[in-house]
Amino acid sequence: MSSSDPSTPPGPGARGVGRRRFLGYVLAAPTLVAAAELGRAPGAEAGIPSPEITELTDLNDVMTAAALPTSKLITVEVDEDGTVSFALPRAEVGQGITTSTAMLIAEEMDVPLDRVRVTLADARPELMFNQLTGASNTTISTYTPVRVAAAVARGRLLEAAATQLGTAVTDLTLKAGVITDAVGRSIGIGALSAKAAGIRTEQVSVELKRREEFSVIGKPHNRVDALAAVTGRKKFAMDLDVPGAEPTMVCRPPTINGKVGAVANPDEVRAMPGVSDVVVISTGVAVRAKTFGQCIDAVRALRVSWKPGTAEGKSDETVLRELRAAEPPLGLPSPARSVEGEFTFHFRSNSALEPNCAIADVRSDRAEIWAALKSPIVAQQAIAARLKLPVGAVTVHVTEGGGSFGRKLFFDAALEAAEASRKTGKPVKLMWHRADDSRQGRTHPMATSRVRISYSGDTVLSYKQRHTSVSTDLGHGLGEMFTAMAAKLPVGDIGFSETFFQLTQSMPYDFGANSRLLNETDKGFNTGSMRNVYSPDVTCARELMVDRLAAKTGKDPYAFRRDFLRDDRARAALETVAETGNWGRSMPPGTAQGIALHSEYHATSAVLVEIDCRPETVNRPVRNGVAGPRVTKVVFAVDVGLAVNPRGLEAQMMGCVMDGIALTLTSSLHLRDGHFLEASWDNYFYTRQWNTPPELDIIIMPTSTGKPGGAGELGVAASMAAVACAYGRATGTMPTTFPINHSTLSFEPKPTVPPIPQSPTDGLDHVR
Amino acid sequence: MPEHTFRLNGEQVTVDIADDVRLLWVLRDVLGVTGPKYGCGINVCKACTSHLNGRAVNPCAVPVGDLRPTDEVTTIEGLPATVGADLHPMQQAWLDQDVAQCGYCQPGQIMAAVALVRRVAEEGREVTEEDLDGIRNICRCGTYPRIREAIKAAAEATRGQG
Repeated sequence: MSSSDPSTPPGPGARGVGRRRFLGYVLAAPTLVAAAELGRAPGAEAGIPSPEITELTDLNDVMTAAALPTSKLITVEVDEDGTVSFALPRAEVGQGITTSTAMLIAEEMDVPLDRVRVTLADARPELMFNQLTGASNTTISTYTPVRVAAAVARGRLLEAAATQLGTAVTDLTLKAGVITDAVGRSIGIGALSAKAAGIRTEQVSVELKRREEFSVIGKPHNRVDALAAVTGRKKFAMDLDVPGAEPTMVCRPPTINGKVGAVANPDEVRAMPGVSDVVVISTGVAVRAKTFGQCIDAVRALRVSWKPGTAEGKSDETVLRELRAAEPPLGLPSPARSVEGEFTFHFRSNSALEPNCAIADVRSDRAEIWAALKSPIVAQQAIAARLKLPVGAVTVHVTEGGGSFGRKLFFDAALEAAEASRKTGKPVKLMWHRADDSRQGRTHPMATSRVRISYSGDTVLSYKQRHTSVSTDLGHGLGEMFTAMAAKLPVGDIGFSETFFQLTQSMPYDFGANSRLLNETDKGFNTGSMRNVYSPDVTCARELMVDRLAAKTGKDPYAFRRDFLRDDRARAALETVAETGNWGRSMPPGTAQGIALHSEYHATSAVLVEIDCRPETVNRPVRNGVAGPRVTKVVFAVDVGLAVNPRGLEAQMMGCVMDGIALTLTSSLHLRDGHFLEASWDNYFYTRQWNTPPELDIIIMPTSTGKPGGAGELGVAASMAAVACAYGRATGTMPTTFPINHSTLSFEPKPTVPPIPQSPTDGLDHVR
Repeated sequence: MPEHTFRLNGEQVTVDIADDVRLLWVLRDVLGVTGPKYGCGINVCKACTSHLNGRAVNPCAVPVGDLRPTDEVTTIEGLPATVGADLHPMQQAWLDQDVAQCGYCQPGQIMAAVALVRRVAEEGREVTEEDLDGIRNICRCGTYPRIREAIKAAAEATRGQG
């Protein structure tokens, strides 16, 4: 639905006033401040529940629509030095949105990209649902408003220049941040900023550039923060110098969410070198010291008795039994022929390389927080409630994040930092040890997926999938968004998780009647929305069963998929990888190709992989790591509708491929007796260089819809599935438990008491 | 408290801290040099990789008391000066390939890459796929393929100069 559709109620900011005309604002300010409202007319409409509700509405439509009634302004400011500033109300965690946002502004304003400065906005409670970074929604929801604000600024600058030069706007050109008239006189936009400023706030109508006029959007650009990253100048939360904020760590329980009983030796630990404070907080015992090294010593020296946690005595086996007991029935088998499979997906860690961390400076009447937060408003509210302060007394600064993968939707460390700062009466720089991050941090929940596909001859009659999962915690704002929107969604009253599931899971094949249901059980684990949430597991199970059905009916896996695809974009992506990847080429025994696809976020992806499962490859020597089958080649096609920054999109797909490889082959958490065995990166086998495909070809499909879809998570599902399909074809056995190496423990578990390992002292022996 | 002195990015520095405090914390918490990142504290993620006398070292596993006054510690901040330029060729290769995503592991990746290329050159050979497979630095964003391309390009550029 276009924004000028007369049946659409006028949406603020982006409401249609004729084709491509939009309303923005000039704000009263000393220098030029142009604005637009964040949020645009929704494509979502309440309707009748349908087997394919993702076609009526999907998660991104809900997130975009949720913003409408409460949207507030985002502003593009022209500084007198000629730079353009924009505070993005989203979190940059590596996905490249500061770069793509700068590109949108540069495009619409005709200023060089390096003159656009995008920072991350502090928590702005008035934005309500509009400051949540998730579900790959950033570019979808900000694409139009950011350009509207930039276009307003451009228009005002041209008007100011016309006045200054005594010429008509039509005789002026704006290029590279300089306005030039017909006789060659020119003025920089910085010099015009004060003259272009608003005396009072007024609404103005602007026209956005047509796609054919784009010179920045759609062209590959390197990241705007690349230089800072490679010189070590990029500042993450723990790199900030906040006066008085000293290193702080927490001594944590030996089992998941255990509670402090008693601390036997607080005074002894308080007297250790560098240590200033030892205080009990709700999650453990916080120690504050001059260095993190001394925090580690102090945590290890604490003698704490612990009360039970929320997963006492549980293990992979007991949770699997819980899941099986909670599986919704597939129903009686139909008289038709069918293929059926059941898959198990173990717990996985979404730990980023930057561990959970935050700085907090809590005073009696106010608090200030610094952390990489994807839901800063919810964090602000929760911290205010914990500290019994008014929300307005809590300032939350959003710092650049060192990865997220779902982790930074939550604010566990920020809450702890606030509590520790209140209890010590001092500013704290609180960081989780990696062992904490691995064992007590958020996980992708363990799940099972059952699939039954019924068919008759060449016709597929029905597809049923029953996904059963340990509960996913969506309590970071997305859940609240759904509650507020619940009545408007075409899914009835089915709760957050099922709503999320129904809104994100699409069925790309023409498989007759299909139903996909989610059931969740056991809220005793710290879970979260790991990159691409339910889709990798659900898609992996589906694609493996599609391979099985193709085999059963004597069809080629690629041709079978192509013939049953419902969507032209998906078909084009699939055909592209099959052709580029030379699908069906002859390969040695023990090696094979696999192919899979996934659509979500108004985008689609297809992947062809080649895998080597020969013993000499699987058993190649790797010190303190997992070798296993090697994915030797990946061809990936992606159609996001319109790629704002193809180079950034390629980077995101690359990361998604690496995640998919890990999910299928190497990475999981092992639950034993109420705790996870994995305590660091030598236990948790995320993809490493020795697992990286030597050949990787990422193909960005031509612009299709002309509107950007979501990209940050898109590629994980199809990658995981394609690796699994290739593994099944190479070994002749369809994998049913993920990752495939889960039954082999490839490390010696570290102790749980003390909860964190001491740093080694033999570093000089390993200099190389 | 004992005093420790060593060379850091071309300057002599002295710190007043217990012998066993690991160099990573001396750099980050005492001296405010934050390029080397914490990722594990047990020398497995390699995010803190820096150089000691031109070789890769992981400061999380080095007690500051182990350093001699003449030991030269180089962090990412001091890398360009080792070649007398604004950027080391490896950093330039990183920019050319647009390697970084979140950027958290990248200082360590670059320092490891520089040491690798130097080691390989000393052995009188070219960087192999096996050398690249052997890099242990974790990148949770999965930038590995671009890291490989950047290292190959920088090795090529360096050899061209040499």
